[in-house]
Amino acid sequence: MIFFEPFLLTGKRSEYVMTTTHSLNPLIQINDVHKAFGSVGVLHGVSMMINAGEAVCIIGPSGSGKSTLLRCINGLTPIDKGEIFVGPHAVHLMPSDKEMIPLRKDVSIVFQQYNLFPHKTTLENIMMAPVHVLGQSKDEVEMRARELLKKVRLTDKEKSYPGELSGGQQQRVAIARALAMQPQVMLFDEVTAALDPETRKEVLLTIRQLVEEGLTSILVTHEMAFAREISDKVYFTEHGLIVEYGSPQQIFDDPQKKRTREFLEQVL
Amino acid sequence: MHYFENWFKWLYQTHGIKLSIFYDSYDRTRFFKGLVTTLELSAYCLVLSLILGALIVLLLGSRSIIVKRCTNGFVQFFRNTPPLVQLYFFYFAIGPLLPKIDGTPILGSMGWAVVSLSLLEAAFVAEIFRAGIEAVPKAMTEAAKSLGYTRLQIFRLIVLPLAVRITIPAMTNNVVNLVKATTLAYAIAVPELLYMSSQIWSEQTNVTEMMIAILITYLIIISFVTLAMHLLEKRLRVPGFGQ
Amino acid sequence: MKTAGDKMDVMLPLSIGTKQAWSKDRYSAGSQVTFKVGICLLALLVTSIAFAQVQARDLNESVLDILIKWTPLMAKGFSFNLLISALAMLIGTVAGLFLGFARISLMAPVRGTSWIMVQFFRNSPWLVLLFLVMFLMPFEFHFAGYTIPFPDWIKATLGLALPIMANFAEIVRGAVQSISTTQWEAARSLAFTRRQILWQIILPQCVKRMLPPWMNWYAILTMATTLASIVGVSEVMTVVGRIIAAEGRTELLIPIYSYILLWFFIYCYPIALITKRLELRFAER
Repeated sequence: MIFFEPFLLTGKRSEYVMTTTHSLNPLIQINDVHKAFGSVGVLHGVSMMINAGEAVCIIGPSGSGKSTLLRCINGLTPIDKGEIFVGPHAVHLMPSDKEMIPLRKDVSIVFQQYNLFPHKTTLENIMMAPVHVLGQSKDEVEMRARELLKKVRLTDKEKSYPGELSGGQQQRVAIARALAMQPQVMLFDEVTAALDPETRKEVLLTIRQLVEEGLTSILVTHEMAFAREISDKVYFTEHGLIVEYGSPQQIFDDPQKKRTREFLEQVL
Repeated sequence: MHYFENWFKWLYQTHGIKLSIFYDSYDRTRFFKGLVTTLELSAYCLVLSLILGALIVLLLGSRSIIVKRCTNGFVQFFRNTPPLVQLYFFYFAIGPLLPKIDGTPILGSMGWAVVSLSLLEAAFVAEIFRAGIEAVPKAMTEAAKSLGYTRLQIFRLIVLPLAVRITIPAMTNNVVNLVKATTLAYAIAVPELLYMSSQIWSEQTNVTEMMIAILITYLIIISFVTLAMHLLEKRLRVPGFGQ
Repeated sequence: MKTAGDKMDVMLPLSIGTKQAWSKDRYSAGSQVTFKVGICLLALLVTSIAFAQVQARDLNESVLDILIKWTPLMAKGFSFNLLISALAMLIGTVAGLFLGFARISLMAPVRGTSWIMVQFFRNSPWLVLLFLVMFLMPFEFHFAGYTIPFPDWIKATLGLALPIMANFAEIVRGAVQSISTTQWEAARSLAFTRRQILWQIILPQCVKRMLPPWMNWYAILTMATTLASIVGVSEVMTVVGRIIAAEGRTELLIPIYSYILLWFFIYCYPIALITKRLELRFAER
């Protein structure tokens, strides 16, 4: 079925783009989000709908607000205007970190610079949050942590410190740490940008596995081939607005907008 | 003026807050003399410590290992022993050894306080100067050398101006410590602010009020010092250098 | 950026530089020992000069004998100084930790009040603070039927703990603020509460950077315990004063003051050396 969804694309240009899917219960709903840092505007009215189990990639030139949007979803960056709903949580109504704690138990993020805790071992890094935040029993968490390490293929690095690991290994530990919270949604913020090509492959492999298992993911990435391969929907943003969105085939093979075409020509 | 004094008298009569330094001329004079002595002490020690500190830094760069070791020993001695004991050492132990003129010693308690505190501060100033000179990026001196500057020119025109800017925060801290250290002179009966105040409070039995008065006075002095150093830093500020 | 630290000779106006690198000279173990020995020798030299002066007169006892005779009593006094410094450091560190947390609180009134407290106790002369506590604190504390006595030395300890508290608060604040915000972001994203983040993630990483300045303040505090003698606490300087009065010999003055200076030096100089070495080691990582 084909639907027109004009209200999803807001901003100065009111144009319409076709999509081919529409579910009744989107897991994540982002409505007309605006964000400025001081006098510099970064998001000028972004709207998205993401269903459970979907993998969504956001692509676009640097400075288009992609990372900021991601951080708005888990509340690290408060928004100026608009609404963000993640499951039952209304992120835009949460005034401080304290209220965001339930949200952050359902949404996990993996950063570009991994941001592991340097004074704890790999296993401790993964175990810390479930034990102290979710209050789960140590034994249960330890078992799950070991399984996650197996999943990211780093079982032998259990007792190593982040300083002893390579970038790709640290990133995989960061992914395991995020997964240990058993989140509903995973956010990936340009997670391979700081890695060299070989180590990138390891991380992308891990992410693909997670997506195939049905984890709702939002990825901000420059890896076009990867985005095309794994995503259900691709959004192209520029200057804090969504220019075009659709299935990977639509965006990569047959982009409607001139800007999308120009961008893809540059990067592909 | 009278209104001012009367208000403090009224304060004493109604609320029991005795700030005699405001309405009693004798106490007021004493307090003021103490303040002036403190400021004098700080000023003399500051100037002397800067000169001595510079001298020490020069000696520390000497080619002779003995001179270097002895100077460093001197610096370490003053930095790692209690200032009060140093003061006692100079005043009680060395003082009596100096010759007397007409029965009065050459250096009274104030003199020995200046000597002791100046030497102490010189040790700290020397450390600060040394760190400042070493912090000037080597690239600057190399560039200057390549341009044909002499050693003296490099030091005067490039190293010194940059080193001064680098050391201002540490020097501010140092001057503040100097002002606080002048209170040590109380122990050898130098009539500085704390000593005078203790005389006033033992006569007038208004310890609390005098305490607050002294603390506020010291805080004001230190605020002025910090402000002056801050203005100096601002005047000397060069965009892009430091933070 | 390479600093000019390697060759200070270039910077000084006169050509009195040495070929040896400055940094290497200061921190190599050999020169440290030599310094220490050198200083000790210097101090002993002063003392021995005084001794020689006395040997000539040869009264009942030589100065050396007097020093040895009184050493046990002086040692008792000195250990009391060390006790005061240890207690004051403990109280000041714990209080300073919480004051430091208050400095970075999210609530403006807490931040403001703690800023005032820190400024007040950092910028007040230590002797004045001692007087303040000695006079204004009661000598007894009545609480629910119990009477807790506050002898002079406890008051002095608290008086010395106050500036330590303020300075340590600043050390804590500086260290916490030096931890990269990315650590905070990662921890917040994992739904840790602010208290959990501070105690489990930020503070452990701060300990290393707080250690050198903390040790430095301990040395300063130990030297400041002598101030307690001025406000009437019986510590080593009081003992020294009594010895001088008891012996009544002017030749004793220089030796005995050199002696006590030496004691403090032997205690505080190693602390300074360790502090410097720790600073270098942590700066490397």
